[in-house]
Amino acid sequence: MTAAIELNGITVRYGDVLALDDVHLSVAPGRVCGLLGMNGSGKSTLFKALLGLVPTDHGRIRILGRSSATARRKGLLGYVPQSEQVDWAFPVQVHDVVMMGRYAHMGPRRRPRAADREAVDHALRRTGLTELAGRQIGALSGGQRKRAFVARALAQGPDVLLLDEPFTGVDKRSEKTITELLLQLRLAGHTLLVSTHDLAQVPTLCDEAVLLQNRVIAHGPPEQVLEPDVLLESFGINPDQEETWTR
Amino acid sequence: MDALIALGEWFAVPLRFEFVQRALVVSVVAGVVCAVLSCWMTLVGWSLMGDAVSHAVLPGVVLSYVFGLPFALGALVFGAGSVALIGVVNRTSRVKEDAVIGVVFTAMFALGLVLISRVPSQTDLGHILFGNVLGVSDADILQVLLLAAVVLAVTWYKHRDLTMYAFDPVHAHAIGLNPRLLETLLLGLLSVTVVVALQAVGIILVVAMVIIPGATAYLLTDRFERMLVISTGVAVMAAVVGVLASFHLNASTGGCIVLAQAGAFTLAYLFSPRQGVLFKGRAARTLRTRLVRHPDHTR
Repeated sequence: MTAAIELNGITVRYGDVLALDDVHLSVAPGRVCGLLGMNGSGKSTLFKALLGLVPTDHGRIRILGRSSATARRKGLLGYVPQSEQVDWAFPVQVHDVVMMGRYAHMGPRRRPRAADREAVDHALRRTGLTELAGRQIGALSGGQRKRAFVARALAQGPDVLLLDEPFTGVDKRSEKTITELLLQLRLAGHTLLVSTHDLAQVPTLCDEAVLLQNRVIAHGPPEQVLEPDVLLESFGINPDQEETWTR
Repeated sequence: MDALIALGEWFAVPLRFEFVQRALVVSVVAGVVCAVLSCWMTLVGWSLMGDAVSHAVLPGVVLSYVFGLPFALGALVFGAGSVALIGVVNRTSRVKEDAVIGVVFTAMFALGLVLISRVPSQTDLGHILFGNVLGVSDADILQVLLLAAVVLAVTWYKHRDLTMYAFDPVHAHAIGLNPRLLETLLLGLLSVTVVVALQAVGIILVVAMVIIPGATAYLLTDRFERMLVISTGVAVMAAVVGVLASFHLNASTGGCIVLAQAGAFTLAYLFSPRQGVLFKGRAARTLRTRLVRHPDHTR
């Protein structure tokens, strides 16, 4: 079976810094894979490599058997960014942000048709944002902001979805909503790669987990990867000390 | 009553002169085009780029006069050429973008100064640098109207893509669109817009026209569509007030237009209901009250 996400010997350098070192990773379709690692472990770089945003020195990337560029053109790939990457003061409404998920489905003027409006309304309902659709995005709470970007991905409907820290700065209610949505997406056959430092989320959400420290340290079922021995061996840290697990 | 009549006269008297009417047409049209583009410029953070493109067109304008071509042609070639040059040097060297912009536009501007001083032509440096809207020819007006129509048509057609590019280029990339192409489009529109505005206020002050209206509107609203409307309104009012004031005061027209825009910005900066510095304290108090009532909004 073709893997949904496949990295084969990927190496990425920023000048002299080796961000990703010969990374091999394969995620089967319909799985939720948790991407774990400390600050600077290369999680964001791995996302960028999958999106074709950084040049890779070596190796090959395949999304459902296609190159990243082809996968993007065919609308197979979706991305939910970290909060820090978003300009929250931008004069744009929640509804507009979610509609941007539909742009690849529209004509050159990006004029929404009935199907696009329906997809947006549906995504807003599923994320519980219908009432807030007219708000400027910066006027949302941390959890609502995340949900708005998840809603954009829902409206887009990609087969493979990359989520960069979807639980950071999120209240309990949004955390629950987002987890439920992601599990529904998995049931519908989507493949998810979720970077997180919220280790408590991993067993409920993920089918498998990857420990990254510029290279893959461990990959397997969450309970195996989250073994205190494995974590301690890899990072010299205790999983209970969650504050050290930033990004 | 007398004051009203005086005000009416203030507006009516200059309009009897044809050169004032022509100046108004050019200034209003240039103002509208710049205002529309300024909304994206403000959000993308390209004020330095606006400054760069406007200065870099100088050699193009001079050469156009020398070879008897429409001034817009030379200006466009050099405007777009400098943008491309900035892009190339930025990608192929370790020098940061703002430094590259600084190098390229000053070099182009210097080339223009040298050309003007050495090449025999009818060009008046003062007119290019500071605008000569009270002396525009029919050919100039025609060029301004044509280019303005092009910019407005393209922005109308692509405004949603441009806004997405300004907001989240990574998303544009992820869904298979080409953010580099959208960036190029926006830079191209900037080059053409600068050429349009040259006639009204001159090279030095063009950057004001492509930044101030958008920045003013940004202080007044959270909706992009309203930003476009407010920005355009500010630019039109500033053009009218600026041209008429320059007539009465016998002062630089470009200077008066830009001062009128800066006045509008100052008013918005001070008195904007939500963003104005004079109301910030009150807004914060209201927010605190809301937070106490709805603790969910704490993050």
